Order: sequence, then structure tokens, then C-alpha cells
Amino acid sequence: MTSSVAPTWGSDTVQLFVQRVFDGLQAGAVYAILALAIVIIFRASGMLNFAQGELAMFSTFVAWSFFDQGLPWWAATILSLVIGFVIGSLMYRVLIVRLGGTLASPLAVVMVTIGLFLMLNDGAGIIWGTDPAKVPRLFGEGRVELFGAGIAVQVLGLLAVLAVLVIAFGQIFQRTKLGLALRAVTSNQQSAALAGIKVTTTLMIGWGLSGAIGALAGTFTASANLGVDKNMMQIVLIYAFAAATLGGFDSPFGAVIGGLIIGLVSELVVGYVDIIGPDLRLLPGFVLVLAVLLVRPQGLFGTAKVGRA
Amino acid sequence: MTDQPTGDSIQRPVDASPLLSVSGLHAGYGPVQVLDGIDLEVSAGEIVVVLGANGAGKTTTLRALSGMIAARGTVLLDGDDVVGRKPEDLVRLGVAHVPQGRGTFPELTVTENLRVGGFTRSSEELAEDMERWLAVFPRLAERRDQAAGSMSGGEQQMLAIARALMSRPRLLLLDEPSLGLAPLVTRDVFERIVEINSELGTTVLVVEQNANLALDVASRGYVLESGKIVAQGSADDLRNDDVVRRAYLGV
Repeated sequence: MTSSVAPTWGSDTVQLFVQRVFDGLQAGAVYAILALAIVIIFRASGMLNFAQGELAMFSTFVAWSFFDQGLPWWAATILSLVIGFVIGSLMYRVLIVRLGGTLASPLAVVMVTIGLFLMLNDGAGIIWGTDPAKVPRLFGEGRVELFGAGIAVQVLGLLAVLAVLVIAFGQIFQRTKLGLALRAVTSNQQSAALAGIKVTTTLMIGWGLSGAIGALAGTFTASANLGVDKNMMQIVLIYAFAAATLGGFDSPFGAVIGGLIIGLVSELVVGYVDIIGPDLRLLPGFVLVLAVLLVRPQGLFGTAKVGRA
Repeated sequence: MTDQPTGDSIQRPVDASPLLSVSGLHAGYGPVQVLDGIDLEVSAGEIVVVLGANGAGKTTTLRALSGMIAARGTVLLDGDDVVGRKPEDLVRLGVAHVPQGRGTFPELTVTENLRVGGFTRSSEELAEDMERWLAVFPRLAERRDQAAGSMSGGEQQMLAIARALMSRPRLLLLDEPSLGLAPLVTRDVFERIVEINSELGTTVLVVEQNANLALDVASRGYVLESGKIVAQGSADDLRNDDVVRRAYLGV
């Protein structure tokens, strides 16, 4: 009799659960990072950048070119931040400002970012080919044992990077003059300009920061897949939008939590609910988003606008 | 117009070169021309009011002066032509503009609003000025960590003015500070403006529909109609002018 109960709570079960949790967190951390990039632009300029994922992919490919020339992968990863910053800020300066900057029609911005999506995707194909370009794991192949499960150091490293990003961003936004400028521009652009803030420059930096963070999602996705592929960010982008929606589009913290939740839920439901196999892996995350939005339309950590008439 | 002496509570500066000298100012929005060649002068230390009905071009005048919209003509600030300069440059030259509808940062706290206002100052000046304005506006001090958007209209107006003063302006442009405020609150706001003017010597150009109150605090005024200056004079002259009385004082 006891033998029928024992396997349910046996060490194998715990081990499998821990394994799935960390798998979920690994996927979720990447969604979280890309969602953070999306939310930063949305907060600063009220725009959705549909090219965010392709921008990350492109930055990763540029970084890979340096890796291919002999630069260590960790150095190439750091370089990808710079590349992402440059592409992101140029995108604002060259394209969005031309459309009218913050006065641009949201529809025009959507079309331009979708156009850029296709351009970067095809461009990457022309420049680097359609076969994945091999890269190593950033934090090596090592494993740490936890409840009998072997957790890849890569995953722990990724979670540590995510934590550092969140703290760094909190500090930048709350404690620095740049952060104050970004928040002021987000809140009231006209008064920000009247207070002496250079609005276009500030937004360029905002888009640049977003591009830099996005690039990190690209290099981590490549590290997880052991290769850079021109289509690798598309599904990540969809999850990242779901994460931002779940967390609340105006909350960087929400984006991160949203990403982790979606990663976890997808992994655990696919793992434990038999009828939802790998073929339906997109389903659980989106059902959760839908359910949360029905109760809290602003997302888990989003704010309904503060204000008096 | 009668030639009465100005009230003794108001000191009219005698120095000849004005802080702000505007001539032939044209401005508008796209094809719509709102200002049709405006001339006005504000001397250092003065409070000057521009009166006008809705649509006369009051807000447009201030927006042109602070660089928010394109303008033609001459705008001399302390002798330098600044027409066409951007708002962020004009702040650094000493022009602060409190836009209509208060222009605070609703999601930011009171102290953060003030820090944004002092964006162009050094951090030492900023800390010093922050304490000063929180002392002048005790309501703001009480609510220093509250989001600006959750405060009352009067409190937000005070915050908007304090925010503008954080840049240590030579010239303060105020766009209808009385808009949407209860009469008592409006009176309070105007009292603070006079206080700031007399204690710091900040020059103030205020546009208003509330002529009674504005003429009480201003030394001189202009009347704007359909983008043109149609009358000007000392506050007392304007108060006693028949056209102004009928149009703006409701007597």
C-alpha cells in the first residue's frame, strides 16, 4: 500500500520538479529581459517596438562576428550591449524622430517597427546566412546539484544577471539625473522641455538602453540554443509581450515578474498536464495572461492612471 | 486715459533697458497665424500682465517666448535676440514658463517635481532652493513625497510655480495661474507671486483673464485682442479705461 504513495513524493519527483522550475526560470528570465526592454520604450515614449526581438537578434549576430574573429564570448556579450545601445538610439534618432518623434502617429510607429522587423530579419539572413552560428554557453557547462537535480551554472548565471539588471535599473530610474529626466519626459514632455531637459536626447538614450537590454536577451537566447539563429527571437518576443502585459506595461518590475511567471507556468503545465504537451506550450502562458487581464486590466503591477480631473 | 500716479506699493523700475523687449512677434500653429505682430516690454523687477479673452493669443504669446512654438520677429532678452531658441536653451538663459493647466509631473512626487525644475542647476543649488521653496509653500512640504497628480488644483499650481522657480529664472512666464482655481486660492497664488517678485526681484510676465486680480499685482499691462496689442498702460490706467472695464472687469 505504501509503495503506491511513495513514488509520488520520492526524490525523483522532487528532482524532476526542481529541474522543471529551473528550466522554467531559464526561459522566463529571457522573456523578462526582453519584456523589460519593451516596457522601457513604452514608458518613455508610449510606443511599442515590434522590432525589439529582431534588434536583439541583430545585435547578437554583430557580437557573434567579433566572437568569430577570436573575441571571448563573454566579451562579445558585453559588446552586444553597446551594439544594442547604438542600434536602439539610432532607431529613435533616424526613424522615429522623422515620423514626428513623440507626436508620431502610433500606427505609423507600429508599421515602421514591423518594417524594421522584416528588414533586420532578412538583413541578418543576407549577412550571416540562415544556418545557426555556433556559440558557447556564457557561464560554461558546469552544474550544481540541488535537491538531486543538476542545475546548470548557465541558468544560475542568467538569473544573477537578471537580478543585477533589475537592481541597476531601479537605481538608474530612481537615483540618477538621467533616470529623473527619463521619468519626467514620460510624465509630461512639454514641462520636461520647459525645465531644460533635452527631450530628443533623453528619448534616444531611453531607446538605446532598451536596445542594450534587448541585446542581452539575444545573447542569452543564443547561449541557451548554443547558436545564433535569425529566427530565434520571434517566439521570445511573443512571450515578452505576454510578460509585459501580465506584469503591467508601465511597470519594469512587473515585466520581470511577468516573464518569470510565464516561463514557470509554461514549463510546469507542459510538464505536468498530460493533455497539454509540447505542441501546446504557448497555451498556458496566454490563458494566464487572459485570466489576469479579466480581473486586473492594468496587469499585475501596472498602475491605473493617477490624477484628478 | 487718466494720468494717475501708480500705487505706492508697486515700485516701477526706472532703468532704461528692459529685460524683455518684444517687437513684431508673429506666431501660430501651422497655417494658422495667431499673433499678428506683437510689441511689448518688461523691465527687470516688474510684474506685467497681458489681458485678453479666450483665443486672443495669450497662451500663444507665452509659448512663443519660451520657445515652445516657432515664431518670427524680435525677442530681446537682456539685449540678446533669442527668437527661435529651444525651450531647453531658454531655461538656461533664465526664462521659466509655467504652462496653462499647471504643467506638473503627475506621476512624480513633489520633491521629484522640484528636482526636475532644478535640472539645469548644480546639486548644491538644488538642495538649497528645494528647502527654500518648501518653506515658502508649506503645503508642498507636507506633501513632499506625494504624487503631484493626486494634489488639489491650487497645490498643483503652487508646485508648478515652485518647479519653475527652481531654475532660478530672471523672467517668469505665468499662463493663467487662476484657471480652474477657487477665488480664495487664486488670491493666495497671486500673493505668492508678489512675494517672490519683491523678495527675489524675479521679473514676471503673467497672462490672465481675471483682470481684477492681475491688475492688483501688476505695475503695467497690455490688452491683447485677436493677436494684436490694442491697449497698454499702467495698471491704474487700464483699470480706469472704459474699454477694459467693459470687457474685462465686468463693470
